[in-house]
Amino acid sequence: METNEISERLTEVFRDVFDDDSIEISPDMSAKDVDGWDSLSHIRLILTIEKTFKIKFSTSEIGKLQKVGDLISLIAAKT
Amino acid sequence: MSELYTELQWLPRAPQDFAEQLKNLANPMGRAAQALALHSLNLNQLTKLARAITKAKASGNSLDPLVPFRLAVLSNSTIDLIVPALVASAVRHGIALEVIQPPYDQVAQEALTPDSTVNRSKPDAVLFALDFRALPLKLSLGDSEAAAATVQGVLGYLQALREGINSNSNAICIFQTFATPVEGLFGSLDVALPGTMRNLINRINNELAEMVLGTGDVLIDVAGIAETVGLATWHDTQQWNLAKFAFSEACVPLYADHVSRTIAAIRGKSRRVLILDLDNTVWGGVIGDDGLEGIKVAQGDATGEAHLAVQQLALDLRKRGIVLAVSSKNTDEIARTPFEQHPEMLLKLEHIAVFQANWNDKATNIQAIAEELSLGLDAMVFLDDNPVERGLVRRLIPQVAVPELPEDPAYYARTLSAAGYFEAVAFAAEDLKRAGFYQDNAKRANLQKQVGGVDAYLASLDMTIDFRPFDATGRARITQLINKSNQYNLTTRRYTEPEVAEAETDSSVFTLQVRLTDVFGDNGMISVVVCRPEGPEIWDIDTWLMSCRVLGRKVENMVLREILEHARTAGISSLTGTYRPTDRNNLVVGHYAKLGFEKTFEDESGLTRWKLDVATANPEAAPMKVVSNGFKDVGVETNA
Repeated sequence: METNEISERLTEVFRDVFDDDSIEISPDMSAKDVDGWDSLSHIRLILTIEKTFKIKFSTSEIGKLQKVGDLISLIAAKT
Repeated sequence: MSELYTELQWLPRAPQDFAEQLKNLANPMGRAAQALALHSLNLNQLTKLARAITKAKASGNSLDPLVPFRLAVLSNSTIDLIVPALVASAVRHGIALEVIQPPYDQVAQEALTPDSTVNRSKPDAVLFALDFRALPLKLSLGDSEAAAATVQGVLGYLQALREGINSNSNAICIFQTFATPVEGLFGSLDVALPGTMRNLINRINNELAEMVLGTGDVLIDVAGIAETVGLATWHDTQQWNLAKFAFSEACVPLYADHVSRTIAAIRGKSRRVLILDLDNTVWGGVIGDDGLEGIKVAQGDATGEAHLAVQQLALDLRKRGIVLAVSSKNTDEIARTPFEQHPEMLLKLEHIAVFQANWNDKATNIQAIAEELSLGLDAMVFLDDNPVERGLVRRLIPQVAVPELPEDPAYYARTLSAAGYFEAVAFAAEDLKRAGFYQDNAKRANLQKQVGGVDAYLASLDMTIDFRPFDATGRARITQLINKSNQYNLTTRRYTEPEVAEAETDSSVFTLQVRLTDVFGDNGMISVVVCRPEGPEIWDIDTWLMSCRVLGRKVENMVLREILEHARTAGISSLTGTYRPTDRNNLVVGHYAKLGFEKTFEDESGLTRWKLDVATANPEAAPMKVVSNGFKDVGVETNA
C-alpha cells in the first residue's frame, strides 16, 4: 500500500481512537503530542490499526512502536 | 459464525454518522443514548458513548429514564478498557451504570476490609471479574485427593470474598465461571484426569454454580460465553502479556453486553413476551399464496427444519414462562390454518396468547398485543424475517426489541437466543405458570387506531419504483406471479408463458411489470398489471396483482398513477376494473374503492365492477422515486 493511502487511513484511525476530528498525523508525532495517548489507548490504537489494515503486529513490534513514522513504515511492510 | 456473537449481529449496524449523532444527543439524553446504544458497536464506539454519558452526568444532566445502578468491579486483570464498554452497553439495556473501580488486583483486600473503597461506596452489586489466573490453582496430576483439596481451597476463597462483601455492604455478589485456558497437557485425557487445569476448572465451575444458585447472588457464565465464541478466540495470550487483558479485546463488546443484560435482569427489565411473524418466520413460504401443502415446515426439508427450530425454541421459552403472541399480515382464517391443520406444526393455537393476523401495520398490532396482555412495550420481543417490518417497528415503537436476522433461516433460532432478551437471574415455580396466566386473560385485541408516523417511515425507506411493459427478460417471473399470487390479486386470472409473450407484442394491450428497491435492497418484481381495450377510449384492468411483501407502502397508488399517465397519452377516457372474489383474496375487496373508483355493478357472489374517470382521477402519491422505461407510447422510447 502507498504511504499516502496509509497516512490517510491512519489519520481516520487516530481520530476515531482519540475521539478528536482535528488530529493531523505526521511521521515525528509520538504519544506526548496527542491528548489521551497513554499506555491503554495505545493498545486500543494498535488493535484498531490491526483491524483496519487487516494485519497483525508481533509483541516486540508493538513494544518498539514509538512514532507515527514507525507505524507507517511497519504497516507499509505488512500490506 | 462466532461473528454473530463478537459483533452482536442481532443488533443493527451502527449508523455511518455515529460520532456525529453522539455529539448532537438531545437533552435529557437517556432515550437518545439508548437508541444509539441499540446498535452493534465496536470498542471505540462504546468508549465514545461512555465518555458522552460520563460527561453528561458530570455536568448534572439527567439520564432519565435510564435506571441508575452502582457496580463495583473487582478484578485480577486490566479492566480499564472494559469499564467504558460496560457503561455504554448498560445504556443499551436501560441502565445508567456507575462503575466503582478500585486499584488493580486488590480483590481480597477490597472485599474483606470494611472501609475499603468498594465497601464504602455502597454499591448495588459487586462483580468479581476474575479469571483462572486469580485462583490458587495447583496442578496435582492424577492425585484426586490433592485435586479435591485445591477445588475446596478455591471455593473457600470465593466464599470468603462473598462473606466479606455480605458483612460489609448490602451488595449483591456477581460471580463468573472460569474459562479454561486453551493449552492442554495430555490432550483429551485432561478432562478426566484429576488435578489437570481443565479438570480443576470444570469442577470449580460446577461447585461455584451450586454455591450461587438460589442464594440471591448471581452467576455470569463466562466459561459458557468463551466456549460459544471459541476458547482460542477468547484467550489472546499476546494481549495478556502486553496489557493483562483476561480475554481478547475482540470479545469485550460481547462480555459487556452479558454483564449488562444480567444487571438489567437483576432490575427486573428482562423481556417477557415473544411476538412471532408467521410467513417465512414460523414456516417457510407464504401461507396465503403457497397454501397448506406449499409451506415448508416439515422434518426432512432443510428449510422446514430451520423454521421448526424457531417453533421449538418458542415452545421451550413458553415452558419457562415466556408468553407467545403472533403478529402477521394475513387474513385471520388463513393464518390459523397451519396451526389447526398442518400435522408437523409444533406450535398450536393453544400456545399463542394473542393472535393478530390482519392487514394493519405491525407497530399498531404490537401495541394492541401489549395492551391485551397489560404488559409494557419494553417487555416485548418481535421476530420477523422482513427488514422493512423490523425497521418500522424499531422506528415507531423503539421500546420493543427487534433482532436483526440473517438471510438464512437456519440461523434464526440461534440469533434470537444469542440476543439474550430473556436473561433471568432466578427461576421460580410461578414462572412456569406465567404463560398460561396471560393466555387466560387474553382476548383478541381491538385494532382501530393506527400508529402515527408511517408516512415518515415510508419516506425514510428511500424507495424507487420501476415500471416497464412486459418484456422477454421479465416473462418467466411475470408468469410465475400471475400463477402464484392469490391474496393481492383482483381477478386471479392465470396465464401461460406463451399467453404472456403474446401480451408483450399485442400493441392494443397495455402491460406493466413493477419492481421496487429500498434501503434494504431489491425486492425484485412485486406487481403486474394487464389492461385490455374494451370499446373506444376504455381500458379494462384484466389483471392487477401485487406481492404482499410490499403491502402498506402505497405501491398500488403509484401503479395507478402510472396507468393513468399512459392512458392519457393513449387517449383513454375511462378505466374499468373488476374484483372477482375467491377464498383467498378478501384482502383486496376494497382495493378500487380506496383508489377512488366508482362501483358500477355487484352480484350475489360478491363480484364487483368499478369505473374511474381518467381526466379527473388523481390518486395520492407516495414518497418514492419513479423510473419508467421502455414504453412505446411516450413518443421517444426511453432506454430500457
